[in-house]
Amino acid sequence: MDVLLNLAEGFASALTVSNLIFALVGVFIGTAVGVLPGIGPALTVALLLPVTFKLDPGGSLIMFAGIYYGGMYGGSTTAILLNTPGEAASVVTALEGNKMARAGRGGPALATAAIGSFVAALVATFGLAFLSPIVVQIAVRFGPWDYFGLMLIAFVTVSATFGSSPLRGLTSLAFGLWLGLVGIDQLTGQARLTFSVPQLLDGIEVTTLAVGLFAIGEALHVAGRHLRNPEKPIPVKGSPWMTKEDWRRSFFPWLRGTLIGFPIGGLPAGGAEVPTFLSYNLERRLSKHQDEFGKGAIEGVAGPEAANNASAAGTLVPLLTLGLPTSATAAVMLAGFQQYNIQPGPLLFVQHADLVWALIASLFIANVMLLVLNLPLVGLWVRLLAIPLPWLYGGIMLFAAMGTIAANPSVVELLMLVGFGAIGFLMRKFDYPIAPAIVGLILGPMADSQLRRALQMSQGDPMILLQHPSSAVMIGLATLALVAPLIFKGLSKMQSDED
Amino acid sequence: METPSRSFNGLYVIVGVALLAVAAITIWDASTMRIRAQYGVGADAASYLVAGFLILLAAGHLVGAFRKSDELETEPTDWRAIGWIGVALTGLVGSIGLGGGFILGSTLLFAFTARAFGRKALLVDLLIGIVLAFLVYLLFHGLLTLHLPEGPLERLF
Repeated sequence: MDVLLNLAEGFASALTVSNLIFALVGVFIGTAVGVLPGIGPALTVALLLPVTFKLDPGGSLIMFAGIYYGGMYGGSTTAILLNTPGEAASVVTALEGNKMARAGRGGPALATAAIGSFVAALVATFGLAFLSPIVVQIAVRFGPWDYFGLMLIAFVTVSATFGSSPLRGLTSLAFGLWLGLVGIDQLTGQARLTFSVPQLLDGIEVTTLAVGLFAIGEALHVAGRHLRNPEKPIPVKGSPWMTKEDWRRSFFPWLRGTLIGFPIGGLPAGGAEVPTFLSYNLERRLSKHQDEFGKGAIEGVAGPEAANNASAAGTLVPLLTLGLPTSATAAVMLAGFQQYNIQPGPLLFVQHADLVWALIASLFIANVMLLVLNLPLVGLWVRLLAIPLPWLYGGIMLFAAMGTIAANPSVVELLMLVGFGAIGFLMRKFDYPIAPAIVGLILGPMADSQLRRALQMSQGDPMILLQHPSSAVMIGLATLALVAPLIFKGLSKMQSDED
Repeated sequence: METPSRSFNGLYVIVGVALLAVAAITIWDASTMRIRAQYGVGADAASYLVAGFLILLAAGHLVGAFRKSDELETEPTDWRAIGWIGVALTGLVGSIGLGGGFILGSTLLFAFTARAFGRKALLVDLLIGIVLAFLVYLLFHGLLTLHLPEGPLERLF
């Protein structure tokens, strides 16, 4: 078994003191930002990009992955005790989890979320380890046209799944793609949309866009809505342990949540929200305790919490094997690889095999760390929620400024940050999703170069994209994903007109 | 911006026109490109593709603007709070731009952001801000050797 051998070597390198510290710091930060509202794993990794520039690549990537996993754990705590989910992936958890906390069953709710997250991440990380080499086998045969097709699928699905309408999601994507044009073209040296501003020649920093849209936009949005006095977290009363009945009722939702979350996380379908909703609906249908749903059914916490952790592992499959991010956090992690001149994709498993397998092994270690951090130490995390919002957002802004200044200490960069903040605020206010813009900025230039590489080989004939069956199928799928919802919408409208 | 209550969706009209403007700039920029690729297509191809995409989206917005179903309800915004964050960001940009340094800029940023969220004790927040900014500076400048802009406060030690 090659995989087991690779994993063993990965563990040998992951178990060094420095890598263990990176993993611990990652899961610690990840849990904290998961618990805190207004700051998520995507933003945190973006902030850390310039800070970690000089650190060891392997260690930094281990830390980023720890943040990703930790964010999925931490989000549930806020959702259960506060009813305001810390992360989008925990929205569903709040439905039943908060009801359980109100009924004095906060302890078991937190426990089933933490243990479910552990089980899901464990199974899904094995899935990642065994599936990735297989995907790599297929991906080595991909031509530039195939990558272009894959990226089109990612563009469409990311835009369509986030936000209230495809039009808004696509507009956000277009904004990111447009920003991706800015700077010197790598193939020809031609400057695009730089307007003779020297600072724009290097292109738009991912950090600046992510921090502006996420951190500053969010601060403006929250301040402008007067959400200044949040609810107090519900104190955890009664037994913190799950009863035998709780275990029995949680076990299969954990497994089912994992089975839903892992593949959907791996598909370019955008983020962890979709599998959590699917898992919730499934558990609701299968449960023998239908009457408890809406009043605090433990299945409704166990399933979605397993699903969001499994999807985080699933997201790493296309990220590592194809270089294709399917969530905002994965997109920012891709930028993290790139800052060390490491390009994820099939070659990553050849050129940087030690790094990849150390990263995967670290995920197992991080998962164990998270279980320990989240079960006995949950009281510590709850105390984070006592930080008054003015100071919390003041602190978020301070770190946001630090990240941007560290990446590029210029007034032009800061003005761009402020501009992106204002745009992020307007996007939130008018319900345009943020994530597609980030994905557009990161994937846009890659799609551009893949397309042009394909066209170089065909000497400018665009039909090359359709002559290869694999890329033709992918472009077809992307078109279908874009057009199908519109057609169905039109059909249902016509039917309602007839009625 | 107010909640659109007219017969058309004002937001969509504004976004649609803005998208058209960005598309026009992009096309103009692409038309001035002089470096040609030797094989295949040049750097301007992506510009034209994105501009075309923007024009399609602009059309979508302008058509959607006159559809009743796409009305959007927004909550009222407290512009005074937004204004305070504007002051906070101006403090940061001003401090960096005029050589005030990272610590001063971050302190102003922290204190005025807290003000935007309803804190009234500005002096206390300025103190907390300066301590926090100082710690961040020490950690990232000292330990991780990141280059953060220096001003009078940073030169003290």
